[in-house]
Amino acid sequence: MATEAFEEIVEDFEFLEDWEDRYRFVIELGKSMTPMEDALKVEANKVHGCASQVWLQTFVDGGVFRFDGDSDALIVRGLVAVLRNLFNGVALGDVAKIDAHAELGRLGLNEHLSAQRSNGVRSMIERIKSTAAAT
Amino acid sequence: MTTFDVAKIRSDFPILSRQVNGKPLVYLDNGASSQKPQVVIDAITRAYSQEYANVHRGLHYLSNLATEKYESVRGIVAKFLGVANEDEIILNTGTTEGINLVAYGWAMNVMQPGDEIILSVMEHHANIVPWHFLRERYGIVLKWVDVDVNGDLDPQAVLDAITPKTKLIAVTHLSNVLGTKVDVASIINGAHQKGVPVLVDGSQGAVHMPVNLDELGCDFYAITGHKLCGPSGSGAIFIKQDRMAEMRPFLGGGDMIREVTKDTVTYNDPPMMFEAGTPGIVQTIGLGVALDYMMSIGMDKIAAYEDQITQYAQQQLGALNWLNIQGNSKTKGAIFSFTLSGAAHAHDISTILDKKGIAVRAGQHCAGPLMEHLGINASCRASFAFYNTMQEVDALVDGLNLAHELLS
Repeated sequence: MATEAFEEIVEDFEFLEDWEDRYRFVIELGKSMTPMEDALKVEANKVHGCASQVWLQTFVDGGVFRFDGDSDALIVRGLVAVLRNLFNGVALGDVAKIDAHAELGRLGLNEHLSAQRSNGVRSMIERIKSTAAAT
Repeated sequence: MTTFDVAKIRSDFPILSRQVNGKPLVYLDNGASSQKPQVVIDAITRAYSQEYANVHRGLHYLSNLATEKYESVRGIVAKFLGVANEDEIILNTGTTEGINLVAYGWAMNVMQPGDEIILSVMEHHANIVPWHFLRERYGIVLKWVDVDVNGDLDPQAVLDAITPKTKLIAVTHLSNVLGTKVDVASIINGAHQKGVPVLVDGSQGAVHMPVNLDELGCDFYAITGHKLCGPSGSGAIFIKQDRMAEMRPFLGGGDMIREVTKDTVTYNDPPMMFEAGTPGIVQTIGLGVALDYMMSIGMDKIAAYEDQITQYAQQQLGALNWLNIQGNSKTKGAIFSFTLSGAAHAHDISTILDKKGIAVRAGQHCAGPLMEHLGINASCRASFAFYNTMQEVDALVDGLNLAHELLS
């Protein structure tokens, strides 16, 4: 079991049969996510290895992990939203235990994790895990 | 089109009948690299399974055979480029290596700090970064000439940029982003009247039209094998004999020398002087077969067919009023770069198209200065080849309609 929020997405996805509806859903998730403030879109928050621009900022509050993120590409922004549902609210010590590849696989979105993909989901997950480990 | 049987041509390319994401592959990333016909694939297999040894250095049977096959490609490239003297052809790994050879071997030898190189703003990084090396390391000055709103490069604007310090003009024959065909003949004629040599980046140009360099008269012309249906890691550059005489070797090693002692080295004659080390033997043999294949179809026929594709694509894509196409030159070749109005990123569009089995490129297309000039971060590019069809233009339009619907 992943977070409740992520399980809800998994449930929603079960009703979406073709990839077009799934992408539509992911894009909508991205659109409804509060945009990151421009002031936070700085070099230090930029995730490298992404062909589009991606920013992440992590927080730890009372031992609970959370991150905000954004991208100038709509699909990537949607994937940021999915990852926020997967990682946010998790105890800091549990971030490393999340198998993002397997969880995204449940959504049929793990194709975005292959080494060839330049949309940077892989880099985002690495950034989330390394930041959590260093905190 | 009666003489151009695209179905027959497509059957020569095994990869074109595969599926991607459950859909028939629509390969529109030819600007990045072309697919390979069976004859090239067979040539590679035959070379490794029957005819392989190192070239130029063995007296045994296989070395002689491989050398003959390899060396025959110099003549094939010369024929393909309309060059009578095959000693003006240097075999290499592609345009990037070719232009770096000119930068290190020729420019560094003949230029002084403060000398100028004229570039158009739509050059590929392969025809920019080697010159940046000279700027950074030797104080060479780069002078940029803009394209107009349609993406055309006015030859007169290039010639007007010439000063007494200008030592080279380096321009593309066909823009890898805008599709613009450059009037290189006018640039070469005007530049030569002022004694300025001209390098033409033929990486895209030679793919889409017949080229006759003896007529054109440029000093350097670089081509890339993998864009010409040949293997990756193959290519060539034409260098006029007068310019070759002004060069010093760039890469040192075997094959490019006549004699080496502890204290001295004497070099082989050109073009061998500029081909150090064991070359891409099989890649080059494959390139020869690829060029023979393209010449057997006929570059004039390829150009005429691609003109039809371009016209049809212009019509169909032009009807999408939310699509912004970069480059509207009357000379436009079959390369269409575009963005969608609104928030959709080039990567969003290419991701959706990919799900439909359509391969396009998204990004900056190795043309940073042009993207800056156009004021965009990234675009999608559909680049056609002679094996693409009108139906594939329709498939692209369908895919774009879906992308527009999903992303707006």
